[in-house]
Amino acid sequence: MPLLSKVVRHREEAPILELTGVAVRYNGHSVLEDISFCLSRGEQVAVVGPNGAGKSTLFRVIAGVLAPAEGDVLVSGHRPGGHICIAYVPQRSQVDWSFPVTVTDVVMMGRVGRLGLFRHPGERDWRYARSCLEEVDLAGLADRQISELSGGQQQRMFIARALAQEAELMLMDEPLTGLDLPSQEEIFRVLAQLRAREVTVMVATHDLNLAAERFDRVMLLKNRMLGLGRADEVFTAERLQVAYGGHLRLVETPDGVIVLSDTCCEGGSAHGRAS
Amino acid sequence: MAALLEWILLPLSYPFMVRGLLAAVMVGVVCAAVGTYVVLRGMAFFGDALAHAILPGVAVGYLVSGGARGPLFWWGMLTAVLTAIGIGAVGSRTDLKEDTTIGILFAGMFALGIALISTVRSYAVDLAHFLFGDVLAVSRGDLWLTAAFGGFVLLAILAFFKEFLVLSFDPVLATTLRLPSTLLRYLLLVLIAVAVVVSLQTVGVALMVAMLVTPAATAYLLTRRLLSMMAVACAIGAVSGVTGLYLSYYVGVASGAAIVLVCTVLFLLVLLLSPRRGVVWGWLRRPRR
Repeated sequence: MPLLSKVVRHREEAPILELTGVAVRYNGHSVLEDISFCLSRGEQVAVVGPNGAGKSTLFRVIAGVLAPAEGDVLVSGHRPGGHICIAYVPQRSQVDWSFPVTVTDVVMMGRVGRLGLFRHPGERDWRYARSCLEEVDLAGLADRQISELSGGQQQRMFIARALAQEAELMLMDEPLTGLDLPSQEEIFRVLAQLRAREVTVMVATHDLNLAAERFDRVMLLKNRMLGLGRADEVFTAERLQVAYGGHLRLVETPDGVIVLSDTCCEGGSAHGRAS
Repeated sequence: MAALLEWILLPLSYPFMVRGLLAAVMVGVVCAAVGTYVVLRGMAFFGDALAHAILPGVAVGYLVSGGARGPLFWWGMLTAVLTAIGIGAVGSRTDLKEDTTIGILFAGMFALGIALISTVRSYAVDLAHFLFGDVLAVSRGDLWLTAAFGGFVLLAILAFFKEFLVLSFDPVLATTLRLPSTLLRYLLLVLIAVAVVVSLQTVGVALMVAMLVTPAATAYLLTRRLLSMMAVACAIGAVSGVTGLYLSYYVGVASGAAIVLVCTVLFLLVLLLSPRRGVVWGWLRRPRR
């Protein structure tokens, strides 16, 4: 058992994630307001919104890293603080890649919650970590220092760590940003495996196109929740205009709305996205 | 060969040298072990501040006990632990950047320490003793204290190895695994404080930060996993302690300074020549025009 904390038993009949009226404020400035939604087990949801929309904050509240000013977060019927089954996959820019750890070391960190105090990983734990790496196709790089990985490999390493954690709810903060197409496909291949394991996944992304095509539902966020549902229902011209304002150009065509976005985070490069 | 052996053995015929060597090795190892986290978490300034902030506590002990050296260890320990917890608590609660608050506290405490010591007539000598240490004055009792508290620090670091690793690499993971992050953070601060007090007599206040940071930074350049970084850092700390003390004996320089200089030279050598991150290989690898 982890030191000084009780891990709660899941209530099977409760939804994996339920937010009611969640609000977060920094110094009186509202970041999230009145967020309510419910996810069912195994669902994969893309969270879309401009920079500063509160995507990371939403994930931090769900993970129990940040307490909401108002409202309630329930994971399998209990507050997040009692769970060790919630995995937060950080943005790659937030990680100290020069830290002296190997790929296996990072994956093993996911086991620390299960190992408990004063126990060092044994043969079984190393085997488990190894199998998690195989799952994301990284077993060949197990002994590399983490800075030697490519962007996509780094992302998959963190997914392997979430698997080692036996996560049932994965919150992935912009895992696709800055990856080339083959690397993105690798991530989607792993996401498909997570679906088989009934792991519930929330992915923050800037890419409206991928959000629309590859996920069960999309959430449009701009401090408030502007919509959660099928992409063609949520990504309407009106709502996108509210979320992105002048940063998004919408072109009406006979086939629907074409979205031209220049809000992406890296280098400010403008590229067209159709939805 | 016989000459070398004699060169090594001669200082060992003095009991104060033997005690000094034992102290230097223990201090080198303990400081390097906690220093690994100091380096990885970017706490060098905290370590330096903590060492300086002990001075008023030691000074009070010195005045109260009328010049006896025995109780100083405990006064230092009390001040160090309180300061560590204080910096931990204050650092995150104001709008000022943490290094600013540390800087203010550190200089203020240091000034208070100097002011207190300056009330004594033998001011200059005593101050020098605290600032630069005197490993050759280590008594048998000091050695036991060093061993006991140093052993405690090492045990704690090994016992919480994986927790400290997670906390240092990814604090958010530490939270989602529901590790007691705050408790662990304070424990680490206290361990650094204890290591600093244990080393007070060997290197003194002014050079303490070198014992925390330099061996660990050298090891960082040579290794790629935390445990090996820590082991190499400890070895470098121990070797520097012994080498420095011999240098001090034969060349006749202050012991604390000699130990720190050996650490620094080792660091520079590794910085230039280390196989993975060495500067020289970087130059050689760079394509020529």
